[in-house]
Amino acid sequence: MDADQDRPLTGGDAPPIIRIRGVTRRFGGTTALDSVDLDIGRGEFFCLLGASGSGKTTLLRAIAGLETLDSGHILVDGEDMTGWPAYRRPVNMMFQSYALFPHLTVEKNVAFGLQEERRPRDEIRDRVQATLDLLEMGALGGRKPHQLSGGQRQRVALARALVKRPKILLLDEPLAALDKKLRERAQAELVSLRERIGITFVVVTHDQEEAIGMASRIALMRDGKLVQIGEPRDLYDAPCSRYVADFFGAANLFAGTVAGITAGIATVDSGEAGSDLPALCDGQSATGAAVTVMVRPEHIRLSRQRPAQSSALAARVGALAFLGNSYACELTLPTGKIVRVRLSPLEFEAAGRPAQGDEAHLWWEPKVARMLSQ
Amino acid sequence: MTAPGGRTGATRKLVLGLPLGWMLLFTLLPALVVLAISFTEKRRGAPPFTPLLVPGEGLLPELNASGDNYALIFSDWLYIQAFAGSIRIAAVSALITLLIAYPMAYALARVREGVRTPLLILVVLPFWTSFLIRVYAWSSLLNSNGLINSLLLDAGLIAEPLPLLNTEFAVHLGIVYSYLPFMVLPIYAVLERMDWTLLDAASDLGARPARAFFRVTLPLSMPGIVAGLLLVFIPALGEVIIPELLGGSHTLMVGPVLWNEFFGNNDWPLAAALAMLLLVAVLLPAALIYRLARRTEVAT
Repeated sequence: MDADQDRPLTGGDAPPIIRIRGVTRRFGGTTALDSVDLDIGRGEFFCLLGASGSGKTTLLRAIAGLETLDSGHILVDGEDMTGWPAYRRPVNMMFQSYALFPHLTVEKNVAFGLQEERRPRDEIRDRVQATLDLLEMGALGGRKPHQLSGGQRQRVALARALVKRPKILLLDEPLAALDKKLRERAQAELVSLRERIGITFVVVTHDQEEAIGMASRIALMRDGKLVQIGEPRDLYDAPCSRYVADFFGAANLFAGTVAGITAGIATVDSGEAGSDLPALCDGQSATGAAVTVMVRPEHIRLSRQRPAQSSALAARVGALAFLGNSYACELTLPTGKIVRVRLSPLEFEAAGRPAQGDEAHLWWEPKVARMLSQ
Repeated sequence: MTAPGGRTGATRKLVLGLPLGWMLLFTLLPALVVLAISFTEKRRGAPPFTPLLVPGEGLLPELNASGDNYALIFSDWLYIQAFAGSIRIAAVSALITLLIAYPMAYALARVREGVRTPLLILVVLPFWTSFLIRVYAWSSLLNSNGLINSLLLDAGLIAEPLPLLNTEFAVHLGIVYSYLPFMVLPIYAVLERMDWTLLDAASDLGARPARAFFRVTLPLSMPGIVAGLLLVFIPALGEVIIPELLGGSHTLMVGPVLWNEFFGNNDWPLAAALAMLLLVAVLLPAALIYRLARRTEVAT
């Protein structure tokens, strides 16, 4: 698995539906896209993830043809899209603001793209109705966009793009404008929709939880570059850098140097932790290399009694919060470093119900800790 | 504490009542006076028209109304031609103004913030000079030894001065020039609020730029276009100065005719009847355009 991290995966052996090569886009002095290479497989649910300004939306718009490239090529289904205007590309986009035409009814919004294809009237009517039915919007065809709720507008925007039967559907923050409850449902619906219609989805989002919940693969972007590409599990469990580790949920990071390696498990001498820490060796770093040890809060064990593990760290319990399905706990090491731990209610009981101010010990299985060389 | 309902009720009445009272006092009432005068007859003296109400045999005064003025207007070709001329010239000028103003408004809405303000000032700048003087300036530019003709003659492009002044062309030119800002500004106001990602969406859905314009931008700018057409058409219809100074005797418009009846012939009743018919001529197309606007109205 680790060896695959450096090259983009494609969906099986089939040629990729999108092939992005050396794509660069500058706005004035800033480089929004910095020679991006990426392959996206047929039928994938691909997430472009990143903080704002990372270039993810620019990349999506570049695929749609709404951005001109300074250099590089984008191939869709083997065909070079360079010089193809947006209105000729076999891709459709769902905009973050939905960009529904306010002067047209739902039906006419959805029919817009088919009318531009000069389809016969009957075909347009049937396809519009079928697409609205698919999204359970069949009864609202006569409404204007301002008469719809946020969730309904999102479906119209989706229908308007899907009715064109694009090879690729591009979605720019499709869930951002929805409230939290609706968002979770819409997320599941997007995944099942993609499975039913079978086309490739490329989704831009800034929300890592959303990306993990929906994507078959994720590309994390930063400053116009791809930082890491992989399945959600890979990015969560085996981030390639401190940045990725931090972006994907909470992570405890300890800087240190490799003191020794035995049987695939490295011992890292960490000044921050004031101790030697065990971690799964990345197979690259040798003794003496500067690395970071990453441990997810849910992987850390906690106990008020001193455990048998020699690598256990003594710490003092700080803030403690009950979150319903778990406890979030902050512990302070003697070095002053704060360690975040997440315990299930059962684990919390087993740890002896630690309270604020208590002395506690924490440790982890060596293989759950990752060694990051960046 | 006052009841919130009563208080807002009073404020509401004041806010609505003041402009309403103003309109009643200075628009409706004078219009009614003009309407009354239009049913009287001309006479020498002050006021120069017969009273509408005369003492009757009983206690109630008797109505002394006459439709003669209206009958005269409808029986005289000259007046009808003047009305027809006004409507035609105002309509054509409003359309020409639209064609020139729309690209200007579009450009204003799309340029950088820094460039926009100076351009907007340039659009409004002519208002800083008197309307009369600006129209007068055009008459000196257009006459046979004016700047335009002398330049063309000097350049050898024409052998004789072109008849520019005292033509219908000059009237159109004057109206378009004078009322252009009234068309630019409302269209700009609408375009400035427009969500331009709608054009990205149209392009993404397969519409070429020209198609996207006619299917998205143009329908969404209708409220501004309608406002602009009304703001140009209505004053142009009753325009006096422009046809007087630029149109000469060849251009028959109702404004100068009305002016002449009132000040030249001192025929207040006939002038009043002309004014009332002009009002109808304004209200009819305005109501039509208003209905059209209501139909295409976009709630945002």
